[in-house]
Amino acid sequence: MTSGGIEDEEKWLAEGIAGLQHNAFYMHRALDSNNLKDALKYSAQMLSELRTSRLSPHKYYDLYMRAFDELRKLEMFFKEEARRGCSIIDLYELVQHAGNILPRLYLLCTVGSVYIKSKEAPAKDVLKDLVEMCRGIQHPLRGLFLRSYLSQVSRDKLPDIGSEYEGDADTVMDAVEFVLQNFTEMNKLWVRMQQQGPAREKEKREKERSELRDLVGKNLHVLSQIEGVDLDMYKDTVLPRVLEQVVNCKDELAQYYLMDCIIQVFPDEYHLQTLETLLGACPQLQPTVDIKTVLSQLMERLSNYAASSAEVLPEFLQVEAFTKLSNAIGKVIEAQVDMPVVGAVTLYVSLLTFTLRVHPDRLDYVDQVLGACVKKLSGKARIEDAKATKQIVALLSAPLEKYNDIVTALNLSNYPLVMDHLDNATNKVMAVVIIQSIMKNNTYISTDDKVEALFQLIKGLIKDLDGSLVEELDEEDFKEEQNSVARLIHMLHNDDPEEMLKIICTVRKHILTGGPKRLPFTVPPLIFSALKLIRQLQGQDGDVVGEDVPATPKKIFQLLNQTIEALSSVPSPELALRLYLQCAEAANDCDLEPVAYEFFTQAFILYEEEIADSKAQVTAIHLIIGTLQRMNVFGVENRDTLTHKATGYSAKLLKKPDQCKAVYACSHLFWVDDQDGVKDGERVLLCLKRALRIANAAQQMANVTRGSSGPVTLFVEILNKYLYFFEKGNPQITSAAIQGLIELITNEMQSDTTTDPFADAFFASSLRYIQFQKQKGGGMGEKYESIKV
Amino acid sequence: MVLVLALGDLHIPHRAPDLPAKFKSMLVPGKIQHIICTGNLCIKQEVHDYLKSLCPDMHVTRGEYDEDARYPETKTLTIGQFKLGLCHGHQVIPWGDLDSLAMLQRQLDVDILVTGHTHQFKAYKHEGGVVINPGSATGAYSSITYDVNPSFVLMDIDALRVVVYVYELIDGEVKVDKIDFKKTATAHSAH
Repeated sequence: MTSGGIEDEEKWLAEGIAGLQHNAFYMHRALDSNNLKDALKYSAQMLSELRTSRLSPHKYYDLYMRAFDELRKLEMFFKEEARRGCSIIDLYELVQHAGNILPRLYLLCTVGSVYIKSKEAPAKDVLKDLVEMCRGIQHPLRGLFLRSYLSQVSRDKLPDIGSEYEGDADTVMDAVEFVLQNFTEMNKLWVRMQQQGPAREKEKREKERSELRDLVGKNLHVLSQIEGVDLDMYKDTVLPRVLEQVVNCKDELAQYYLMDCIIQVFPDEYHLQTLETLLGACPQLQPTVDIKTVLSQLMERLSNYAASSAEVLPEFLQVEAFTKLSNAIGKVIEAQVDMPVVGAVTLYVSLLTFTLRVHPDRLDYVDQVLGACVKKLSGKARIEDAKATKQIVALLSAPLEKYNDIVTALNLSNYPLVMDHLDNATNKVMAVVIIQSIMKNNTYISTDDKVEALFQLIKGLIKDLDGSLVEELDEEDFKEEQNSVARLIHMLHNDDPEEMLKIICTVRKHILTGGPKRLPFTVPPLIFSALKLIRQLQGQDGDVVGEDVPATPKKIFQLLNQTIEALSSVPSPELALRLYLQCAEAANDCDLEPVAYEFFTQAFILYEEEIADSKAQVTAIHLIIGTLQRMNVFGVENRDTLTHKATGYSAKLLKKPDQCKAVYACSHLFWVDDQDGVKDGERVLLCLKRALRIANAAQQMANVTRGSSGPVTLFVEILNKYLYFFEKGNPQITSAAIQGLIELITNEMQSDTTTDPFADAFFASSLRYIQFQKQKGGGMGEKYESIKV
Repeated sequence: MVLVLALGDLHIPHRAPDLPAKFKSMLVPGKIQHIICTGNLCIKQEVHDYLKSLCPDMHVTRGEYDEDARYPETKTLTIGQFKLGLCHGHQVIPWGDLDSLAMLQRQLDVDILVTGHTHQFKAYKHEGGVVINPGSATGAYSSITYDVNPSFVLMDIDALRVVVYVYELIDGEVKVDKIDFKKTATAHSAH
């Protein structure tokens, strides 16, 4: 069509409207003056405008609506005439004299409406006559609108149950017959439109047909509104007749639209009860019909129906809805060999949604759906299509969301099989979805076999899957991924120690396949999980003698040792050191001296050989000292060895101030408050004196390098340590020594060229503290008496 | 009235998956003016960013397991009339020893010292001021403390008075306790 076409159409429409309005004007004049003859003449002329072939459906509709409005006035006039005594039968006959058939039939329908209302003849007779007469118009567009008009004017005059038009002769069956016939004829006209015109304009025709579809569909709507159409009538008459037309018309557009229409327009209970019939029509449709969307619509409606009230659920079971739908889908997928994967999966997603709504307790049904999907996917390579992937993720997420309990999903044998068909990236995404579901619902997984099943599902996160050697994953994303695995580990728990140990072993087995990049994330939570178990076992004293109980602290410590060792492959010495120290403390609490000693040995080895960074060394040595200070399980020899090492390394730190602090920290190794055994006053003093020497050396260095003395803070710290042990009653710490220190510091500060406000404040508050203690009175006051500030 | 949230030792994800749900529902953005965190979050993205969303003025000190090694060892800040000091506490040996912590308090010259590491709530007053340990907000495992209950502290600072509210999750219920401290008006701080 040339671009001038649209303009032409506008012109023709305008002409049509003008003609219509022109004749309408004269018709009104005739109506006003009760001139029946002229009224008929001008109305016929007016209706002639509808004889045009030049308008597209959209524009024709415009013209039709105007005619419709005018015919209402005419109808009212006819009613008045009948009231005034004019014979309606005569009128019915009179209008048939109109020259052209189309106006004739419009007028006939209009009179027919009044005729039925007058009840001078049974409604069914008039209706039958009209619906047959309309056959006179075989032109698709004009015919459709004509019959649409018939449908509109007859709407409220059908002999329905309880309507005024019901009688001995007229039954609901007649109403149904009428509508069915009109529907059938309209569909035929509509389908015929497809054949009109040249092949190259097929798309345009389809678009135009689309615009008209509601005219055809309206009939189904009318049928659904007829009160008398109960389930039986629907089952026996309405549905079979409608489906017959749908199948026989062999038109893709019509079939798709009408199937959808049926589903939308009739009640869900009817669909349930006629499921077999409805589904039986599906394989008979044209192969190009998008039957999967139709089925999806149906299942969605039924799902919503099921969700609306619990009372309808037994009905679903009674009609075996699941089986029927499942079979129908199977048949469709089998029949349409070329159906793309995404289509099949979408169908299964709809079926799964249906199943989860209607039969949530039937895990076997759910598994069946997944199994059918696996079957369809099997033999194919990993899915690459994004849409199909999306649908598979939806398929897998649905049970998670429904059950809120991963353990239920873990019972679905086909679940992991479906996951296997995802490409690596999506597999991981799905694994994260699973973990998130667990975290969100606070689900605990408490048996070893379920843990194993879970780790099989999320294996994409646990290790590098084959084919994905160097996955260019963003570092942040990788961290987030692994941290979610770490958090997951805390959700795996059972109060029974035997079972818990099994769980720990299973988790360990899996995370050790993760490689150096993953171990720093996954090892710590496992270690702490195991430490918690050890603590739990500590509480239970009953080691049944003679029984080889696997869950003993000793065995678990062995496991821990081997697991922390794995961090050397990363390498992660600082983390490993911290974990060894944690284990040492736990071994201490279990009274296992050799085990604790072994852990300390490992920690020291790491310190010596792997931790070179000076800042890291400072932290590490303080952790060692802090942990060692709390140990009470060591005998004298072991304790001495470890203490000696700790103090030795403290003195060897790179920076002098760091040395000083670490050494005076070591003083606490020789004095532990709650153990009368470890209160070696002399060695405490030795430590503090050594710290003083180092502080002095630091001062001298500062002098040399900066030309001024360094801060006296170190001295004030050491002073505070003196006070600490003084108060604890270490006899080696004398008030004289303290006094000496105070004076030393005071001198240093006075001779200092630069003032350090922090050191000043520290010293001031330390002196204030001494003052405070003096004023306390009692034993403390006595102690401090000889110290002058 | 200034509200300061003090918490720490979450150890996410090493020792705990997340903050308890009951705590999360209580911690709403916009209500708190400052957050001080003793350390051991551990992961930056989840925990650090989450805390920052509650209140942009957030202070953290380094715990020995923190992912971000650039947090400072100690921090001091002034809120109203109070000087606060923050330190994780693994650096102060013996761990949890109040006298040694008092030394740190003198060194930092602060009225309130907030430290962690032991995972045990403490609020203790001595001549130099107050030492507060908010415990572990997630109830994380600790080699030092057995049976850790999740806890955090909310300080209400008003002129020379601070009310310390401690929130503890015990057997699934949040229990609140409060302790009052008054600062004597004598000028402690050497300005």
